[in-house]
Amino acid sequence: MSAAAAAAPDRRAQAWAVLATVPDPEVPAISLCELGIVRKVLDHGTSLEVVLTPTYSGCPATEVIERSVVEAIGAAGLGPARVSLQRAPAWTTDWISADGKRKLREAGIAPPGPVADAAVPMRFVGRRAEAVPCPRCGSAHTERLSAFGATACKALWRCLDCREPFEHFKPL
Amino acid sequence: MQASIEIPADAQLKYLLRLGDACLILGQRLGEWCGHAPVLEEDIALANMALDLIGQARGVLTLAGSRCAPRVDEDQLAFLRDERDYLNPTLAELPRGDFAFTVLRNLMLATWLKLLWQRLQRSSDAELAGIAAKALKEARYHQQHAADWLVRLGDGTEASRRRVEAALATLWPYAAELFEADAVDAAAVQSGLGPAWSELREPWRAEIDAVFAEVSLAAPADSRFRSAGRLGVHSEHMGYILAEMQSLQRSYPGGRW
Repeated sequence: MSAAAAAAPDRRAQAWAVLATVPDPEVPAISLCELGIVRKVLDHGTSLEVVLTPTYSGCPATEVIERSVVEAIGAAGLGPARVSLQRAPAWTTDWISADGKRKLREAGIAPPGPVADAAVPMRFVGRRAEAVPCPRCGSAHTERLSAFGATACKALWRCLDCREPFEHFKPL
Repeated sequence: MQASIEIPADAQLKYLLRLGDACLILGQRLGEWCGHAPVLEEDIALANMALDLIGQARGVLTLAGSRCAPRVDEDQLAFLRDERDYLNPTLAELPRGDFAFTVLRNLMLATWLKLLWQRLQRSSDAELAGIAAKALKEARYHQQHAADWLVRLGDGTEASRRRVEAALATLWPYAAELFEADAVDAAAVQSGLGPAWSELREPWRAEIDAVFAEVSLAAPADSRFRSAGRLGVHSEHMGYILAEMQSLQRSYPGGRW
């Protein structure tokens, strides 16, 4: 085995360690790894390929993320790197790590619960959506203000006990 | 001025353009609400949905462009086609109207797209299946949002009820096109690319009727009117929306932000 081949797994592990420090541009409390969008790191000898799965089809952060990945790998002396996108299987909030969910809560963002897949029944006004606990005081006495928030991945909620508004990372 | 690109006459390509253009044009219409919605939350919601739809359009148009010879990219397809080469159903291009009109159209198209994406997850084209799996999750949120609002407006005040009923009378005749069968569908079924639109008629109607039942709205009787946007024959509104979308790329070819 050549020296380069022997060193290869190490280079990939180093790249993973670097990616664990790259924050999500829209939710900087968590890293790309904690968000669960880094699928693979491939070593092509002269370059690294980072395979990402986009969160939402129209997520405007995708291009920023690609750039920050290439820059971070380059800055760590592991480059050059390129990014490729893999759509299938589709990203789900179930891929956000336990640490990621804890950090979201600490940042005042209610983390997503498990994804109820397949046919999610339609709910209408008057039938309450499942309560999301307030990330600040823990109360389950909360209400949804809007299913859509400042970024594609979040909804707007408020706590009826501590009266604080908060964001909820939508299960997807 | 930048000239239009040629679109080959290929059934599989047309099937993709019908889907991608439905997302693109509806996304553009929803984007028009940015800064104009009745409340801030809805401004954000409509802009978010526009973003999802444009993201979906990017995926589908990129795939469609890979089937053109010579290959074209998503931007060329979005900005450099003639009106007749856009194949979205006419429903998507109608002017945005008032909020009730937008909500009802969103319900009709989000339900239709959801049913389409569900089936496209099993497409013989792996790329399309991947786009569908992602888009399905987004379409569910769009449908839920529209259904919530339709119930709220339908059960709201006399004025909101009147607007919902007016929107229904205007929009309903355009629904028929969403379930028309033709050779493009037949080719897609044959190759496994995707389902025939006609297959969606019954499940669509069941889901729409369930929402209407919440607010005692009755779907109007079917009419003989047939819109034909999916054949490239559009309403008079299409030229205006394309002019707005295309003016920059036509005047400044290759212009970038």
